[in-house]
Amino acid sequence: MCKSDPPFNGELMPSKSKNVELYDRRKFLNRVAYACAGALGVSAITYMARSGEPVYRRPEKILTIPKFSVDAGAVYPRMAIVHGKDADRMVKAALEKLGGVEKFIKPGDRVLIKPNVAWDRAPEQAANTNPHVVAAIIKAIMPARPASVTVTDVSLNDPYRCFARSGIESAAKHAGAMVFIPGDGDFRTADLKGELLTQWPVTRAVFEADKIINAPVVKHHSLSGATLSQKNWYGMLGGRRNQLHQDIHTSIADLAQAFRPTLTVMDATRVLMRNGPNGGSLSDVSVFDTIIAGTDEVAIDAYSMGLLGLDPAGQTFMQMAEKRGLGVTRWKDIHHAEFTV
Amino acid sequence: MKADLNGPFSLKTIRRVWSVFFVAMFLFLLWTADFRHLKGYEASLFLKIDPLVYLSGLLTGWTVYKGLALALLIVIPTLFLGRFFCSWICPYGILHHWAGKILLKRSAAEYHEENAYRPIYRIKYYILTALIVLSAFGASQIGLFDPIATVSRALIISLFPAFDQLAGVIYRKQPVYLGGALIGFLFIGFILANRYVNRFWCRTLCPLGALLGIISSVSIMRIRRDVDKCNDCFKCLKGCQGACDPHTELRASECLACMNCIYDCPEAALAYGLPGPRSSAHKPVDANRRRIIETALASLVLYPMLKSSLGSGNTALAEVIRPPGSLPEPDFLRRCIKCSMCMKVCPTNVLQPALLEAGVEGLWTPILVNKIGYCEHHCTLCGHVCPTGAIMPMTVKDKVGTPEKKAVKLGTAFYDRGRCLPWAMNVECIVCEEVCPTSPKAIWFETKEIKNRDGSVKKLKIPYLDPKLCIGCGICENKCPVRDTAAIRVTSVGETRSTTNRMILEK
Repeated sequence: MCKSDPPFNGELMPSKSKNVELYDRRKFLNRVAYACAGALGVSAITYMARSGEPVYRRPEKILTIPKFSVDAGAVYPRMAIVHGKDADRMVKAALEKLGGVEKFIKPGDRVLIKPNVAWDRAPEQAANTNPHVVAAIIKAIMPARPASVTVTDVSLNDPYRCFARSGIESAAKHAGAMVFIPGDGDFRTADLKGELLTQWPVTRAVFEADKIINAPVVKHHSLSGATLSQKNWYGMLGGRRNQLHQDIHTSIADLAQAFRPTLTVMDATRVLMRNGPNGGSLSDVSVFDTIIAGTDEVAIDAYSMGLLGLDPAGQTFMQMAEKRGLGVTRWKDIHHAEFTV
Repeated sequence: MKADLNGPFSLKTIRRVWSVFFVAMFLFLLWTADFRHLKGYEASLFLKIDPLVYLSGLLTGWTVYKGLALALLIVIPTLFLGRFFCSWICPYGILHHWAGKILLKRSAAEYHEENAYRPIYRIKYYILTALIVLSAFGASQIGLFDPIATVSRALIISLFPAFDQLAGVIYRKQPVYLGGALIGFLFIGFILANRYVNRFWCRTLCPLGALLGIISSVSIMRIRRDVDKCNDCFKCLKGCQGACDPHTELRASECLACMNCIYDCPEAALAYGLPGPRSSAHKPVDANRRRIIETALASLVLYPMLKSSLGSGNTALAEVIRPPGSLPEPDFLRRCIKCSMCMKVCPTNVLQPALLEAGVEGLWTPILVNKIGYCEHHCTLCGHVCPTGAIMPMTVKDKVGTPEKKAVKLGTAFYDRGRCLPWAMNVECIVCEEVCPTSPKAIWFETKEIKNRDGSVKKLKIPYLDPKLCIGCGICENKCPVRDTAAIRVTSVGETRSTTNRMILEK
């Protein structure tokens, strides 16, 4: 017997309540009425919530990617090729040549910079954008008084390691920018409206920016020949993006069409000549000390391919991009400037 | 006169402060076991000061590995002060203390029964015997019962990820672990056991408690009862943590030095310190010598049973891919205490606690499951947090290799040509080649002209693997677009640490 039980009082079936309540007619009818009302209510609610789907699905909001490009005016060159040693001066000079940073960034703009921070590699290995170039871009746009500058990428290796060991996290923070490392919940479904790429998870940073600066690095890539500014948009996607390899040329063209940046600043200070896109050995790296900035991604890619010894006209994704009117493969044909600082 | 309960310098208050401090420190150090926070922190400090890890390691490996001598920091004070570790430092013991306080509510009279000594509390000495005998033969299983390893494992494998699932503040990406909830259930089960037997784990099972109990049986400082002052009211049993019978002849080996009895005594008959002229006698360790010998003999059978079951220790197993820097498998099993620190620090979540993949002996030892993650090329963190040297620390240069020295190889990747997109389906892919981290890449390709079903011809890059360059990091398997069973998979063959699990003849 449990300690909390009352002492045995002699009855065979001890009842908790001594006064058993007797029903009268009114009480009985009342209870029947309540029961019926309850049953009806439950039926009504289940009727209203009826659905052909076994599980409720919230209708997904499909976003579209805004166009970030700005026309600086025909007077200015569309591409500036700068040679030199000092990244700060090179980027600054390039932007001045393109019309000045104020042409691209308006006061109060939220600026997103998208370098290539895909790999857990040191800066010397040239698998990621040079941190000096990233810092130089941030410093160069600060005079235009942006509301915020954020650096982001969807890394392929562990992102904390990529951002730390590439030197980009500290370079960006020192230059006054924020670093955004997207986690599982930081992707939104967007319609890329491409030939092959339609609905894909895209990092939310894109939808929280007014201007985007693409800051890729020139690297060798076995499947597409080179990974340049157009392919850099790979790093905006989440999901099973490794499937993009199955038709990489259409994928690159689709990405370049979906993401139209305000500016592109290509890092060709160190170039990964082979074993790309992650390299690993210093013997794979050549030093070119060059930065290519401009508003025509295709032309910039075409020039950069020359550094790798590739013929831009021979690359399928370049032909596709040109056909779609994204830019010009024959970069010498457009208004450009080449100089040394 | 009753001693002052709320006095800021009462031993009980000091014990409370230290216990909170050490639990906080333990959690903090676990939290630092991560690429961004590790810096110079000694993340596995609690495991390194654990005397049982030290003793077992000494028996299995016949060496004192580095910081394990730190255990003397606990052993030497225990010789003088008793089992202070259990109530003042041990995070698992302190958690049980708190759990007992919250879960067990009894009337004052019932506490006397609850906290009196029971013969089942001897079991811990038999568990200790079995583990030590196994260790002496070279089979380390202390990780199953060591309190620090147990609490680390439960937090790392189950509770931190569960907390992150709710709050999402610990990790960037929610980690998942093989059989994670099972380890969590065990932990919660032992915590809930306090509802029925106060400090069930510490009193009944804990082999570290048993070891410290034996050591503390010579301690000079202990709870002393003044037989003149004592009026046998038994009130000292109310808060007794160790069930050490302070009301009669104290069982010094059971006393957890919680100091509660001193402050529960209305006659001030109890004190912690040196013996006085009227102090009562003490009881020795209550472990039946015959049972100890029986347990030792039974463990003699346990050892060949463990060693004769199929496991990574006696057979090369494809799935048993160990972290970089791991000792050869038999030695690895000698040192690994299943504490899961390597799994906490691993940035890609690739390290997983094995269930039966590595055999019975290998339960909860770390293996790489490349479907979940991959070994980050330049990362050597697991070796740096391993408290026992089962995974040896090394530099990135040693891991990646130099022209003179070969890179550390965890295994070898193999193509499943029936599943590979270019090989089986004429679809362009070579993601594996892109992500391969070695230079030159272990994965290479040949551009071939392939005839499609409709007769059209297509140029396709067909991947191949160079087993001499492959380091078995598993990033190819992890990033393969064939998601369920990848078309390229790593198995342990060719691993650097083994001289027998090899396939290619080379010097």
